[in-house]
Amino acid sequence: MATSNLVEVQDVTFSYDRRQVLKDINLVVPKGKVVAIMGLSGCGKTTLLRLIGGALVPDRGEIRVAGQVINKLDHDALFALRRKIGMLFQFGALFTDMSSFDNVAYQMREHTQLPESFIRDLVLMKLQAVGLRGAADLMPSELSGGMARRVALARSIALDPMLMLYDEPFTGLDPISLGVIGQLIRHLNDSLGATSIVVTHDVAEALELVDYVYYMSAGKVEFQGTPGQVRAAHLPSLKQFVYGEPDGPVPFHYPAPEYRKDLFAQ
Amino acid sequence: MITRKELDLWVGIFAVVGIGAILFLSLKVANLASFSSSESYQISAKFENIGGLKVRAPVKSAGVVVGRVGDIRFDNDSFEAVVALNIDSRFKFPKDSSAKILTSGLLGEQYVGITAGGDSVNLKGGDTLKLTQSAVVLENLIGQFLYNKAAEGDGKK
Amino acid sequence: MTERVLELMRALGARIVSSWIWRLGFACRFLWLMLLESAPSFRRFHLTIREIYFAGVLSLVIILVSGLFVGMVLGLQGYDTLVRYGSSDALGVLVSLSLVRELGPVVAGLLFASRAGSAITAEIGLMKATEQLSAMEMMAVDPIARVVAPRFWAGVISMPLLAALFSAMGVFGGYLVGVRLIGVDEGSFWSQMQAAVDFRQDILNGIIKSFVFGVAVTWIAVFEGYDAPPTAEGVSGATTRTVVTSSLAILALDFVLTALMFRGL
Repeated sequence: MATSNLVEVQDVTFSYDRRQVLKDINLVVPKGKVVAIMGLSGCGKTTLLRLIGGALVPDRGEIRVAGQVINKLDHDALFALRRKIGMLFQFGALFTDMSSFDNVAYQMREHTQLPESFIRDLVLMKLQAVGLRGAADLMPSELSGGMARRVALARSIALDPMLMLYDEPFTGLDPISLGVIGQLIRHLNDSLGATSIVVTHDVAEALELVDYVYYMSAGKVEFQGTPGQVRAAHLPSLKQFVYGEPDGPVPFHYPAPEYRKDLFAQ
Repeated sequence: MITRKELDLWVGIFAVVGIGAILFLSLKVANLASFSSSESYQISAKFENIGGLKVRAPVKSAGVVVGRVGDIRFDNDSFEAVVALNIDSRFKFPKDSSAKILTSGLLGEQYVGITAGGDSVNLKGGDTLKLTQSAVVLENLIGQFLYNKAAEGDGKK
Repeated sequence: MTERVLELMRALGARIVSSWIWRLGFACRFLWLMLLESAPSFRRFHLTIREIYFAGVLSLVIILVSGLFVGMVLGLQGYDTLVRYGSSDALGVLVSLSLVRELGPVVAGLLFASRAGSAITAEIGLMKATEQLSAMEMMAVDPIARVVAPRFWAGVISMPLLAALFSAMGVFGGYLVGVRLIGVDEGSFWSQMQAAVDFRQDILNGIIKSFVFGVAVTWIAVFEGYDAPPTAEGVSGATTRTVVTSSLAILALDFVLTALMFRGL
């Protein structure tokens, strides 16, 4: 297909039970770029990520990944496509009953016939890339939050995927780990020649790191642009989001009756 | 973390011990070893009353188990019970042997006892035992006792 | 007044249909899916072996100890009752038949549900809550084939073995108390037992019962784990439900199976 977009989301609408989460979403992710999808909690960005990964099926619309309509694929085709997609979950989601080494080796053992010696070298290389080759024999319970996430990252790049999906990779990390993860996302993307989509509400890190931003609010794409354009945007809700203003389109006060009336009510 | 080798070892032990328990139950607790696949031939016997005799009850001769009750049916022409007896092929009985329904112990279950006759020809599959004695039914016994007592009383007068 | 009653009945009906029947349907579909995806559990048997260790081997201690105690109690109580009719020689019969026909499969099943069933539910529920199952799916590995099915088959394989071990320990316990402690004649103990316990009628039926219980308990355990809400309360509620539902299922199935198997005796 003659397009430079790896992912194309067209007119996607999605509801969860009866609650509409996404409405007429359109976005594209060009090959080789790191794109952020940002917004407040509950705006639908994680749902969108799952739709792109094929874990959910939209009510309407199409999602194209590498030219294939992922929401229309059958089970085998979907699983074949997923081998080329890597996903980093919010808290790592490492398999707790096996060591870091075995976690990273998981996909290699499941999907390839490589001999163990080969796998060993590959695993050590992946762990080296995230700086945790020395922690190969540790169990997930023995890792700190930041380290667990890095091992999970090594695991998701095990088969050199063409598309990397990151679900809130910066949540709950200390400043050093934040920096490390940010660096890794960019570095791995460029060295693997992959494309990355980062879902986050960590504005500072994201704007440092990505090539393009989609800002979502209440199930719609409200703004899109480069980080520079985002910082300079005049859209009130985006301004409030980017600069962390306590009051604006998203009000500080939860709806309540008039203050004086409430205080002196009998 | 438990290694593959340890896992296999323990599961192997578990399987062996478990199957061992099943074998123990089958051979030592139940009667699997003694009476399963031996050949048997079937003869039948008619009784006026089988009492509490059940299918699979033992057939004994001289107190030793020689077979099992196979099937119990009602003959609508002669109004008698027809009992099929599966006798172990190792044991042969003369044609004029008799069958009785006995009770093992006071509260025990009922079984068929075979007393050998004197005929030179033996029973073979499909034959019928001619001499049978029905089970002792308690009500009949009591009725008989009362009747005898009454007759005695009449006789004395 | 009638308004309230009608409202109550409507709510009850809605709850039964929407939650209970819906879940039952989902559970059946889940069982079918699991059976379809069971090939890897046997082709890569080490997956199942691992689960047999965690479900079966780790339940050995509780099964053996409980079996021993139940057998010993049967010996005591059984002797107490039989001696009134002068039939204390039949103690072996009482102990063995009670265990092999009923107590072995049922009590072992209940213990298995509490120990292994709840552990399986908690494990799967926790894997769901920490997104490990989703991660597996994203890595193109079917979690039902890799996580759920091996646990199911491990439970089905382990249950009959555990029930047999329970019964065997129980008989031994009855022997210890009856023959060694109280003084019932050893010869009569075993010989009457052997005469009364039939392989096909009693042992085999007991094995069939424990197999059925194994299917029921493990099915409930994996289903509750897989369906658990991905929160701490969700998993804890699912674990409780597993134990309660499995226990009720065992007792109900026991009635049905006993009625079918031991009817004309």
